[in-house]
Amino acid sequence: MSQFNVMRTPVETAAMNTPLLDVRGLSIALPPGADRPLAVDNLTFTLNADEILCVVGESGSGKSMTAHAMMGLLPAPHVRVSGGSLLFKGKDVLTMPEAEQRSLRGGRIAMVFQEPMTALNPLMRVGRQIGESLREHTDLPAPARRARVVELLAQVGLPNPAELAEAYPFRLSGGQRQRVMIAMALACQPDILIADEPTTALDVTTQKQILDLIRSIQAERHMGMMFITHDFGVVAEIAHRVAVMRHGKLVEYGAASDVLNRPQHPYTRQLIASVPHYIEHRDDHAKAGAPLLVADKVRKVFHVGGGLFKKSKEVVAGDDLSLTIHPGETVGLVGESGSGKSTLGRSIVGLIKPDSGRILFEGTDLLALDRKGFRPYRRAVQMVFQDPYASLNPRHRVGDIVAQGPVAFGEDRTRALARARELLAMVGLDGSAADRFPHEFSGGQRQRIGIARALAMEPKLLVADEPVSALDVSVQGQVLDLLDDIRRRLNLAMLFITHDLRVAAQVCDTIAVMRRGKIVELGTAREVFTHPRDAYTRSLLDAIPGKAWHIPDDLQKVPAGAH
Amino acid sequence: MMNSDFWRAFARNKGAVLGLVILIAIVVLAAFASVLFPGDPWEMATAPFQPPLSDDALLGSDMLGRDIASGIAHGARVSLLIGLTSTAAALAIGVTLGALAGFHGGKVDDAIMRFTELFQTIPNFVLAVVLVAIFTPSLTTIVLAIAIVSWPPLARLARAEFLSLRTREFVQAAITTGQSNSTIILRQILPNSLSPIIVSASLMVATAILLESSLSFLGLGDPNAMSWGYMIGAARTVIRQAWWMSVFPGLAIVLTVLALNLVGEGLNDALNPKLARSRG
Repeated sequence: MSQFNVMRTPVETAAMNTPLLDVRGLSIALPPGADRPLAVDNLTFTLNADEILCVVGESGSGKSMTAHAMMGLLPAPHVRVSGGSLLFKGKDVLTMPEAEQRSLRGGRIAMVFQEPMTALNPLMRVGRQIGESLREHTDLPAPARRARVVELLAQVGLPNPAELAEAYPFRLSGGQRQRVMIAMALACQPDILIADEPTTALDVTTQKQILDLIRSIQAERHMGMMFITHDFGVVAEIAHRVAVMRHGKLVEYGAASDVLNRPQHPYTRQLIASVPHYIEHRDDHAKAGAPLLVADKVRKVFHVGGGLFKKSKEVVAGDDLSLTIHPGETVGLVGESGSGKSTLGRSIVGLIKPDSGRILFEGTDLLALDRKGFRPYRRAVQMVFQDPYASLNPRHRVGDIVAQGPVAFGEDRTRALARARELLAMVGLDGSAADRFPHEFSGGQRQRIGIARALAMEPKLLVADEPVSALDVSVQGQVLDLLDDIRRRLNLAMLFITHDLRVAAQVCDTIAVMRRGKIVELGTAREVFTHPRDAYTRSLLDAIPGKAWHIPDDLQKVPAGAH
Repeated sequence: MMNSDFWRAFARNKGAVLGLVILIAIVVLAAFASVLFPGDPWEMATAPFQPPLSDDALLGSDMLGRDIASGIAHGARVSLLIGLTSTAAALAIGVTLGALAGFHGGKVDDAIMRFTELFQTIPNFVLAVVLVAIFTPSLTTIVLAIAIVSWPPLARLARAEFLSLRTREFVQAAITTGQSNSTIILRQILPNSLSPIIVSASLMVATAILLESSLSFLGLGDPNAMSWGYMIGAARTVIRQAWWMSVFPGLAIVLTVLALNLVGEGLNDALNPKLARSRG
């Protein structure tokens, strides 16, 4: 704290004597029958003017609940504040009359949500949505409101603000929508801006732009900002102070430089240790023998829309995609959403039929095979899916899910089930897991089941499509370790599809960077990270949040080879 | 794991429990019709035009002296039989076609859905009347006619479910692990799409009973089977003199249809986990 204050100008320090927001012993009760009695347990922190406080935690840590309590968004009567106070400039928000609370919300305290698409009303022009809060909280006449809306849109860096004000949300990209959300939050010049994972749903380059915008706006207006995130990279990028939450309790709280560089609490240390990062000492993969898989000029065009009398629109998802995978090699396919990385992965496992090109597996062109001819290769190429909640049939027992593949290939059911148990043990699940249903497992455990299912087929190549992007950071680390371990033990080749360069850096030998259906750079992980040749790769690397932050040495990942 | 949760969710809806009780009572009545009312319901049992609570006719008798109570008990058999079998037949047609359309998509989907629309453009009841009239009324033809006019909504429902489930990752995982199309349809997708289908099927039983009553009312019922619709149809000319002849069979229809609808709603609550959770 004291070290932090030194950085401030005297005027600002004086203003900080009464904190903008003072949260004292806040507790939020969950309904009976929930996994714990309190969503937020005796939480105390302060937020000053002109600072960014990052609240960090995994899902279920109560970080969003805190923000929702402030905004009156708790799903009453099931979830309610059971103790403590929320002082805004010395006045308790929770005991204020309803009308006063309302004028505070959207006026003095504003919020930016995670999903810009669902947070904007799809049937209302963007300009009118921003104007709403002006109409509610100010007495500006309509023309002045309109002018202010355009001004706000310009301030958040949107091109053609006057024109954009007349657009409907679906016309805007994710990043633009999030800018609109920020403009809306800024409309009444709030003292406090609460941002609940505002960049989590965005691509990494867009995330960087939004973070830059948020930081500059905050500095310009000297706002107090509560920024909720799960990503320590983002914390390193923008935070002045950090509060780490776990299971509703505050576990560590302090200046950003202290928490980031000298984390004290074991949980903070664990979170920081699981931030994916490039392992410098990783050896280049020795490409021995003939390649296992060669993708040669694969092209896929999707036809969108169209009908009897209307020509459909063509979307090139993949064009001239070529890469090779050797036995035991992990190739990372990195790109932002819509870059066509999943299209290539799905083409290799046979879920999508490309329009042209060849996919050679041990010399056989998979695309030239008919359904029957392709069947034997199904075993050799297996897939791990992105969403652990959607990839397991909710009505089947876990043992069955794992055994179904081998049974489809004629294996005896009892033997397949016995093998399923072995595999479940191998991915770190209890033997009894086989008799239970998927809903009894957590996200990370389900992803382990998904991996066991793929391994049951004894594949040579594993295509992992964003296998950790739906998981919490610490679980992410465990699943990545498991994949790495299995790959090594079984000498599996792996195509690892991800949007996160940090994750790719951690697990891949070779990295292919994709943009708009094309591979723009292909090289060893070392080359791509240290000497990127393509401008887009450089911008991706540049957009990695917290790249300037050096993870404390004792929390660095040990290179996998050095075990 | 399914059963106890299911019953708890179902029992939370008091209306559904009431519906189930009524329905069980009707089933019991139908099952023991020949014990409770031995003899042919078509036979003359007492004097014609006996009002309710007469000595030998609890609910009165009709213009030919047939016992109304006996007619209702035996009619319950016909109504339930036709309701259940025609729904089963409609399910067989509708779910099969819908599943194929939704699973395969593309041209197969187009072809099946155009065929479905063909049936949907013709008013249900008119088509049923025409079909029964052509094939001469009998239990089989009535069941078939009702099934033929009521499968399209089930097909559309099954198709919608299959379309959305087909792209789910667990189905794609089944494809990549080499499972056959029939395995994927029957073991992976169908069990997950059953809940809404069961709910609408339970409501369809009620519709089928109404359709059958309407057909019988028009005189297109099976001439050998006593049915509620026939009783109302026969009594309509004397409704001012003998209200009981049409009111009691009418009440039987209302109760049965109401019970089925209540049960359907309860099933919806119990099988639709999102709704069930928000209630709790």
